[in-house]
Amino acid sequence: MKAYFAILYARTATLFQYRAAAFAGMTTQAFWGVIKTMILTAFYTQSSISQPISLDQAITFIWLGQALLALLPWTIDKELEAQVKNGNVSYELVRPINLYCLWYARAFAMRTVPTIMRCIPVIIIAGLFFGLSAPISRTAFLAFGVSLIFGTLLSSAITTLILISLFWTLSGEGIQRLTPHVTLLLSGLVVPLPLFPEWLQPFLSLQPLRGVLDIPSRLYTGVIPTQEAFYYLGFQLTWILILVGAGRWLIGRALRQFVIQGG
Amino acid sequence: MSIISVDVLSKEFLIPKRNPGFFASLASLFSQEYEKKTALDRISFAINEGELIGYIGPNGAGKSTTVKILSGILVPNSGSVKVMGRIPWEHRIETVRELGVVFGQRTQLWWDLPVIESFELLKDIYNISDNAYKTTLQALTEALELSKLMHVPVRQLSLGQRMRCDIAASLLHSPKILFLDEPTIGLDAVSKLAVRDFIRHLNKERKVTVMLTTHDMDDIESLCSRVIILNEGQIYLDGTLATLRKKLSPERRLIVDLLNENDTVSDPNALLVKQEGHRVWLSFDPTKITTTELITRITSKHSISDLYIENPPIEEIIAKFYRNTNL
Repeated sequence: MKAYFAILYARTATLFQYRAAAFAGMTTQAFWGVIKTMILTAFYTQSSISQPISLDQAITFIWLGQALLALLPWTIDKELEAQVKNGNVSYELVRPINLYCLWYARAFAMRTVPTIMRCIPVIIIAGLFFGLSAPISRTAFLAFGVSLIFGTLLSSAITTLILISLFWTLSGEGIQRLTPHVTLLLSGLVVPLPLFPEWLQPFLSLQPLRGVLDIPSRLYTGVIPTQEAFYYLGFQLTWILILVGAGRWLIGRALRQFVIQGG
Repeated sequence: MSIISVDVLSKEFLIPKRNPGFFASLASLFSQEYEKKTALDRISFAINEGELIGYIGPNGAGKSTTVKILSGILVPNSGSVKVMGRIPWEHRIETVRELGVVFGQRTQLWWDLPVIESFELLKDIYNISDNAYKTTLQALTEALELSKLMHVPVRQLSLGQRMRCDIAASLLHSPKILFLDEPTIGLDAVSKLAVRDFIRHLNKERKVTVMLTTHDMDDIESLCSRVIILNEGQIYLDGTLATLRKKLSPERRLIVDLLNENDTVSDPNALLVKQEGHRVWLSFDPTKITTTELITRITSKHSISDLYIENPPIEEIIAKFYRNTNL
């Protein structure tokens, strides 16, 4: 266990060096946040039928999404991708280390570090000037925090799974083009999930990607009452267990099946 | 008891067959044909504790495949392997704990991190105790002269420096067995000698069993007591350097310094290899004519200032062998 924390720590230290990227990302996300809130406001004021969530809640959804964008599993670790493609992944195996845990630790660092660097300025700016509301209560904020940690664990599991899928696809290009769109849509970043049509809700509420950002955002804004938090935390935990289990099983199969040729 | 034993080990790779043409690629979408390539063909050998073995062969002979199977990364098609009593691919993590592996062509250190941080990560990965880590690191730092390199990120190291750090990294957990895959590739003469000295010291003083894969015959000649030659997945020879010489080429070299530069030597049992000024190189087969007989014959015919006998360089022997097998 200590080994994986050491890897996580080293990876975190490395990723904190990419400050310029964080600043660029932060600026883009703040810009998009402003545009999205303007579009939503326009829709809300023009619409005559009542919406499932209030405009304030919707705007808060948008801003939480913009601040925590890097948390979503929509990119993979380029170094590890290269390792799978050129077969160098085999060299990782000369160390007494579980490959899934190694990849998961790296995915976790990759999800958290950019998020930590970007979210605080975005939250401050959005809170002061662009209508990000405060959490509805202290307990709601606590539930949001716990749920966000679960969301990060879930997102890391999905990131690792996408990486594992590269063992089976030749170039990984297809998956990598598809992933950002699917992820952003199903996480509720394009349009908050509660605003999707009614008939899609059963599907949307069961798919794992809602556990990353949608559940924390709902707890924060009170769309989910705080007393129901345990049910939703359980939902997140279930998906974490399923996806980690699937990842470990698949990586074991991949390593037995695909072999790394050469020399 | 042998520390590594390999018994009738075979490994085949399936390579997707690609036929040229549009329809062939279309057909391959539905049924992919595979071509079998035998990387290892029923090889057997055993290595005892404390041996220093040269594992050589031309490119594609199956050397790296063997090393990967021994470290539990690859699963063979058949045969049995025991490394310190364990089947490596069934107990990969336990097996690699006892192994140190160095790949000359690529670093195993973390590219962005200073060397010392890579070492500290390895300390945690191998779960090395603080005391053991401190002692080993100190010994390695002295032996490989690493103290100035510790805080440099790996990507800024020269090849020779990186190799020394890589070797140190593979030894932090005091492995019983060390696999070295071309550890001197691309190194300058001084670094090469330093690396060789260190390997020798490790084997002699710390009784580490070393399996050395290399194309550098000087490495083999200066380090290994035993060589295993692999060719097209089969063991061609397993024995001492002397048996290798005898099997591949019994020839000896007689080098004669003549008093008179214009003189030349010819003998029915000796072949003139080359002549440069006073010096003449002759090759002969000691099974056909004894060395003393040849010397007597030549000294009786020519006036000579000096003469000596040497073995042909192992490099030439191996090159000859590779050429023969590739024909």
